[in-house]
Amino acid sequence: MTATDTTDTTLRTVTLNVNGQTLHQQVEPRTLLAYALRDAGLKGTHVGCDTSSCGCCVVLLDGDTPAKSCTMFAVQAEGHQITTVEGLGGPGNLHPLQQAFWDQHGLQCGYCTPGMLMTAKAMLEHNPDPTDQEVREFLSGNLCRCTGYNNIVKAVQQAARVMRDEAQAQALAGMVPGTDPSTGTAGGGAQ
Amino acid sequence: MFPAAFDYIRAHSAEEALAALAQHGAEARILAGGQSLIPAMRLRLARPAVLVDLGGVKDLGYLREEGGDLRVGAMTRDVTLERDANVRARYSLLTDTGAVIADPVVRCLGTVVGSLCHGDPSGDWGAAALASRAVMVARSASGERLIPIDEFLVDSFQTSLEEGELAVEVRFPTPDGRTHGSYQKIERKVGDYATAAAAVQITLGDDGRVTHAGVALTAAGPRPVRVDAAEKLLLGQLLTEDVIRAASEEARIVSDPFADTRGSVEYKKDMARVLVARGLRASAARLGTGVTA
Ligand SMILES: Cc1cc2nc3c(=O)[nH]c(=O)nc-3n(C[C@H](O)[C@H](O)[C@H](O)COP(=O)(O)OP(=O)(O)OC[C@H]3O[C@@H](n4cnc5c(N)ncnc54)[C@H](O)[C@@H]3O)c2cc1C
Ligand code: FES
Ligand code: FES
Repeated sequence: MTATDTTDTTLRTVTLNVNGQTLHQQVEPRTLLAYALRDAGLKGTHVGCDTSSCGCCVVLLDGDTPAKSCTMFAVQAEGHQITTVEGLGGPGNLHPLQQAFWDQHGLQCGYCTPGMLMTAKAMLEHNPDPTDQEVREFLSGNLCRCTGYNNIVKAVQQAARVMRDEAQAQALAGMVPGTDPSTGTAGGGAQ
Repeated sequence: MFPAAFDYIRAHSAEEALAALAQHGAEARILAGGQSLIPAMRLRLARPAVLVDLGGVKDLGYLREEGGDLRVGAMTRDVTLERDANVRARYSLLTDTGAVIADPVVRCLGTVVGSLCHGDPSGDWGAAALASRAVMVARSASGERLIPIDEFLVDSFQTSLEEGELAVEVRFPTPDGRTHGSYQKIERKVGDYATAAAAVQITLGDDGRVTHAGVALTAAGPRPVRVDAAEKLLLGQLLTEDVIRAASEEARIVSDPFADTRGSVEYKKDMARVLVARGLRASAARLGTGVTA
């Protein structure tokens, strides 16, 4: 074992775990995660400002940590589970957040939407029943030039309700007669 | 824009990071949350030849009380303090500060120690660390040393860390029951650096008189500024409106900001005064005394 694994500035292969799949991408150490993902064909992650300010490029690390992928090197992401908007859901199996943005008109041009969805997902992992104010605060680094934000807040609240109901239904379904519900599957819910 | 090319080293322990720093000397920079360094590299304001990533050093990601201090490890993210019930209940100055740094997404990656090491006079942790009299813990091949925060923050983007040294921890003294603080910041929008900001922390004795005072300013000089004169003035006093007015006037005098799109020098100096006064009133309210008539 060497003390550290040193790399050089030429192209190297990073192994990224994205949406449950293993990607081998050729990158330089300075390649930003957003570009590595887009080069891999995952164009759902948008680059807006490219200067850490707009939140369009947010992806999740390890399920619950939002990260601006324009402000992270692809090499840093090795060893983490990355979720992009493609991993949230797609046509035919929309995630409750995606469905809610549709239902509540939480998007117009859609440019900010992937970042909004991923940031909202991260918030709901830690706070499944937020107030409107908490939604606004957590999304305050995500800029939208179209919607005026109100419908985004409504959409996140709709999704939160649906996800809480799903979690509860799963918890109930997990309650087999004769077992203690507190040790059942409660809390494992909405993914 | 893409940063200049660099070599990337992922450290798995503080020792590996120190070994890499020793090997590469002044060429190497530590990468913590990356939320200041990567934007600076993208603007080519920084072009380190080697980055030593602390992201994999799991055992530097701690937050615990020990020896009368809150010990915050080098890889402890802002969000960890924000979500900690004990910090929220007892460390009012730190809680206020954490809530107004950048935006919630940036705070999920940015670290407290990284912010202090960055040494940005507009960074919010600097003034909070001064007002609460924090101490940095630096480690090198020859061992550890404790650096009081006043000695740590040297100048704009400059700390007293030496080549080959790693900041492993910052210690914030645990407030006793008679200590509270407040961080007051004016920003144009979420995610903006302070137009002006003030950190205040006070301890009151049984007689309601100030026994300890910390007053410091953000974006008011080449480094975060301790308002010595205000601290001296507050000691031994009851927190009356007159005392608050006099102490906050010292902040206006010592504040030495530059004019930019956020405001003129006069405006920023006056806001330093206003924010110190607000911080003192908020601290008094949190101590349940209010301002003495
Ligand atoms: C959009 C945006 C808005 C922001 N707004 C604010 C704001 O309002 N207020 C504010 O205070 N900050 C703000 N920041 C900065 C943010 O808080 C950074 O996270 C923080 O300043 C640096 O922490 P980091 O862990 O990301 O450090 P990094 O960016 O990784 O490192 C910063 C510097 O410190 C050095 N360093 C880091 N850790 C160590 C260590 N353990 N030992 C030795 N050297 C080390 C690095 O080499 C580098 O020079 C903002 C950032 C962004 C992107
Ligand atoms: S593109 Fe990353 S924050 Fe704007
Ligand atoms: S929908 Fe257009 S930017 Fe948000």
